[in-house]
Amino acid sequence: MSVFVNKNTRLVVQGITGQEGQFHTRSCIAYGTNVVAGVTPGKGGQKMDDVPIFNGVKEAREKTGCNASMILVPPPFAADAIMEAADAGIELVVCITEGVPVLDMMRVKNYLATRTTRLIGPNCPGIITPGECKIGIMPGPMHKPGGPWGVVSRSGTLTYEAVHQLTQAGFGQTTCIGIGGDPINGTNFIDCLEAFAADPDTKAIVMIGEIGGNAEENACEWIKANTKKPVVGFIAGLTAPPGRRMGHAGAIVSGGKGTAEAKIEAMKASGVHHCANLGKLGELCKQVYKG
Amino acid sequence: MKIHEYQAKELFRKYNVPTPKGKLAYTSDEVAKIAEEFGYPVVVKAQVHAGGRGKGGGVKLAKTKADVKPVADSIIGMTLITKQTGAQGKKVRKVLVEEGLNIKKELYLSIIPDRETATVAIVCSQDGGMDIEEVAAKTPERIVTVNVSPVSGFQPFHARKICFGLEIEKDLQKQMSTLVKNLYDLFVAYDCSMVEINPLIITAEGNILALDAKMDIDGNALFRHPDVKEMRDIDEEDPVEAEAAQFGLNYINLDGNVGNIVNGAGLAMATMDIVKLAGAAPANFLDVGGGANAEAIENGFRLIMKDPAVKGILINVFGGILRCDILAKGVVQAATKLKLQVPVVVRMEGTNVEEGRRILAESGLDLINAKDLADAAEKVAKIVA
Repeated sequence: MSVFVNKNTRLVVQGITGQEGQFHTRSCIAYGTNVVAGVTPGKGGQKMDDVPIFNGVKEAREKTGCNASMILVPPPFAADAIMEAADAGIELVVCITEGVPVLDMMRVKNYLATRTTRLIGPNCPGIITPGECKIGIMPGPMHKPGGPWGVVSRSGTLTYEAVHQLTQAGFGQTTCIGIGGDPINGTNFIDCLEAFAADPDTKAIVMIGEIGGNAEENACEWIKANTKKPVVGFIAGLTAPPGRRMGHAGAIVSGGKGTAEAKIEAMKASGVHHCANLGKLGELCKQVYKG
Repeated sequence: MKIHEYQAKELFRKYNVPTPKGKLAYTSDEVAKIAEEFGYPVVVKAQVHAGGRGKGGGVKLAKTKADVKPVADSIIGMTLITKQTGAQGKKVRKVLVEEGLNIKKELYLSIIPDRETATVAIVCSQDGGMDIEEVAAKTPERIVTVNVSPVSGFQPFHARKICFGLEIEKDLQKQMSTLVKNLYDLFVAYDCSMVEINPLIITAEGNILALDAKMDIDGNALFRHPDVKEMRDIDEEDPVEAEAAQFGLNYINLDGNVGNIVNGAGLAMATMDIVKLAGAAPANFLDVGGGANAEAIENGFRLIMKDPAVKGILINVFGGILRCDILAKGVVQAATKLKLQVPVVVRMEGTNVEEGRRILAESGLDLINAKDLADAAEKVAKIVA
């Protein structure tokens, strides 16, 4: 089992003909993802390799039955692309694009509240169910199918680091989800934790947070009240200076809020196994879940 | 992107948010001329991108003609140190000269995006002119927060909540409501990440004006605000960080002696943390980004080499979008060109890692290989110890 995506997922790529779009579409296809359509307005009727291109998402859905979308368009067009996918009834939208204006995401988030679409991202590496479906830009081969670990993270390369260590430790992953580093995103920690808690094959969870906001604190409260599955947690940014945006738009300690210390404290108070040394994450996972 | 008070007030006026009469000056002669035009008293305000200017001596009142030049001279050219500038302070190159007003009451008003609720939060208080974080900590009941959904936009009920919450006199409620509505429109139109007025004043004559103005605009939205892009003041930025931005790199200068080159913001923060855990201190945050090419990495190297405190460099790259062979080429190119003077610990993982390691090994450069992240941190900490 897995969460959100599996071998039956039928993917449309919005922005498929761009340089990034082509590169990552090919990498997803090579991994085994069922890419059934692409969208680039004005290029309908053409093909990218063997993938048919449409002018709009609605048409792509009608013709191919796609139920998930990967968005690789430049930031000024990302909000439009997400809302177009939601309007077409796509169940899962994964927006990779980094640099979407905050107020655009605010409108998107409020629009999505009226739809059934789940958004992952923006500014994220995507989601992968190892061995079945990769929607995103993560390197596929380092993942190991079969679980028992579910991984959820706000960061891209930091997720790769965690997955790499799990695989090195001999563990597989059910699904790995990068929820993105922006202040306003679609799917949050709790959505993923709920899904992992309900997934029988996910026996333990790695949760990776960072400074800024209070999503980690909320997630810890949820964990304490709702799941007995072991959770290993890491928070990046203990050494980050306050008031500075650390690369991710959402990674900022402001007014004494969103500190790594507070998040680590919340983890400890809710029974999450806090990993202080990222280099030893795999070892800690071995101690926490012997499977 | 931060802009100056005088620039923010220009935008305020465009949106009919009242401000005191004011003009920008670069010399004390110009200040005196403006004072003559406005009449006394005038307020002379240092224009730097930092809060706490008043306490640092960057805001002064000139009551008479005799006062005005000495006051101006004491501010223009000074190095202003506030709790936001750090110990090195900021050089004052220009001042805003404003008419003096009869202040009856000082309020606080700010607008920020609220990430948790995906709304625009209007935060205000009767306790203006003070540090709002202190008010929030000591007397949270004195703060009124109104969340505005982009679906509804700003409605009269939002305005009423603010007016009643701040106990605004009946006669002034209409004025206050219009001001907040206009400020909200400005916030949305300019993709702000913060607008703050502290204090917002009520004068003895019954006028409400923005005595101060702070504006921060979402850097990701600048593509649709060319006028704001032109307001950028390079003098206010850390020169190395500004150079980094030109290369499309994300660099933040820190106090330690281990230079870091990392791909991805989260991993870059985690790398700083693990360097600290290993007993050393990071000299910088540097995210070369997912799509970085060989040239970007070389530029990253160059930035780090500018910091004389750096005694060792840690390269930590997990190939995702960025391939290890491209990274390796960048390292070789940079090391050859820049003649590296400090040891470099390299930790690579991910796409094309064997190819990357081969390129490094065959380069003939003196690089220390690390097998994993923990190993890398320990090795670089030993070097700088």
